[in-house]
Amino acid sequence: MPTQVPHVNYLVLGDKPHLVANECISCKARFFDRRNACANCSGTEFKKVDIGTTGIVRSFTIVTFAAPGVPVPFVAAIIDCEGTSVRGNIINTEPTPDKITLGMKVQLVTTSLGSDDDGVEAIGFGFEPAK
Amino acid sequence: MAADDIYILGIYMTKFGKHTDKDVVDLASEAVLAALKDGGVTMKDMGIMAAGCLMGQGSIGQMIQKQVGQTGIPVYNVSNACATGATALRTAIMAVKAGECDMGLAVGVEKLAGVGLLGGGGRPKSDGNKWSPSGRFGAVAPTDGRIGTDTMPGTFAQVGMEYGHKYGGATFELFARISEKNHSHSTLNPLAAYSKAMSKDEIMNDIMISYPNTRPMCSANCDGAAAAVVVSGTKLKTLSLEQQRRAIKVSASILTSDPYQEACQVLPDVNTLTRIAAKQAYEQSGVSPQDLNLIELHDCFATAELVHYDNLMLCPEGGAVDFFNSGATWRTGSSPVNVSGGLESKGHPIAATGIANIWEVCHHLRGEAGPRQIEGAKVGLAHVIGLGSACGIHVLEKSAL
Repeated sequence: MPTQVPHVNYLVLGDKPHLVANECISCKARFFDRRNACANCSGTEFKKVDIGTTGIVRSFTIVTFAAPGVPVPFVAAIIDCEGTSVRGNIINTEPTPDKITLGMKVQLVTTSLGSDDDGVEAIGFGFEPAK
Repeated sequence: MAADDIYILGIYMTKFGKHTDKDVVDLASEAVLAALKDGGVTMKDMGIMAAGCLMGQGSIGQMIQKQVGQTGIPVYNVSNACATGATALRTAIMAVKAGECDMGLAVGVEKLAGVGLLGGGGRPKSDGNKWSPSGRFGAVAPTDGRIGTDTMPGTFAQVGMEYGHKYGGATFELFARISEKNHSHSTLNPLAAYSKAMSKDEIMNDIMISYPNTRPMCSANCDGAAAAVVVSGTKLKTLSLEQQRRAIKVSASILTSDPYQEACQVLPDVNTLTRIAAKQAYEQSGVSPQDLNLIELHDCFATAELVHYDNLMLCPEGGAVDFFNSGATWRTGSSPVNVSGGLESKGHPIAATGIANIWEVCHHLRGEAGPRQIEGAKVGLAHVIGLGSACGIHVLEKSAL
């Protein structure tokens, strides 16, 4: 039994945690979810491609009011990861407008979501300001 | 009036706000009966009905008929997020345009007062205590709040901030000033849910919902309904001169969905489908953005209004910040935007919105808008976005009579 599971199946754990996308063989459009066909060209063949772990913040919001059970504040962002857009939180920095800026460089990091009754730890991801 | 032209013959919106003593059927019935009366017609004249109530039951159209007239006509119950009202109107227009009937009815209604935050699934307590993947991302735990946000204020905040990243100048203060404009406009609209002016500082210091959107920069959840009667040009010629004089020409009726763009499945792209719809609307109507005497656009959040100045081509590409700063979109400016107060103050009873904005434009084109009348208004545009996404645009023109 594994001791860790990824939060989502497009997060690859291990020595170098990173995201993977389903890339359309014919038009190279990339998707993170389970696919039936390509939204761009309707192609049905995909291959797995690794997504770069550094990027820049293309947009963000600091959520201070969320659904019950979601801890606030947190920073939701769209990261341009070397040409592929990725959705993720910006973590390990204060969630204030003076700390988060458009165009800032960030890098992918993992974070623990806790363990279940079998002792299996779920690992999520976020982005932190690049060192 | 050409035979294949389509006109709004009658139209009505209820007061937006809290209607504790009325349910959706009551509100919709009020709108339908008043729109029919406004057009000088009855349910017996209608050949089709299209109805929407996003949060309600699927058969809202039939429920309304059971209050106002069960004439046996086809009912299309439509659902298209915040574009539901525009979709109902477009459905009625398509039926008349196709020659299936010469008059049609569209209605949208919603009870939304006190609903609170929209979007964002939250985190229901799980029964089991084992991580187990589910859904299209194989997630072992909810993603909202851990991998970005699903809330509407947060999603549209990112839409506005993305524009800022691309072109610059989109500050918290700028978005607050857009909201200040709409709240100021609302003071002249007795049907608005909120009609209180708010200063930029009051707006910025209000409760932060999702930076940079504070509470008054978010659309107001409220109850309301709106309905419209559409008629063919051929049929209109047989009606009274007064009906012909008050009829408003639908110069363009467009509905688009979002075409694939890189990133569109990561952050909804509300821009591309609006630009495409706008281009089609201007081509179909022969109207240019600069001809518009008023524009009701989908300011579900202050951050959304900014990007739609650009998407509707009211300004040069990338020029929305300068355009707003020029004062153009105030009611005294060259392109008055949301003189009704917009969704931020008039309110946003979802399925009613896409007909209520048509009502606002018609009201001005008929010269019946009272103290908030845009003098001499001859042509206007109404725009809605339903996230998911759908974009409805209608270009409306004053009768030549």
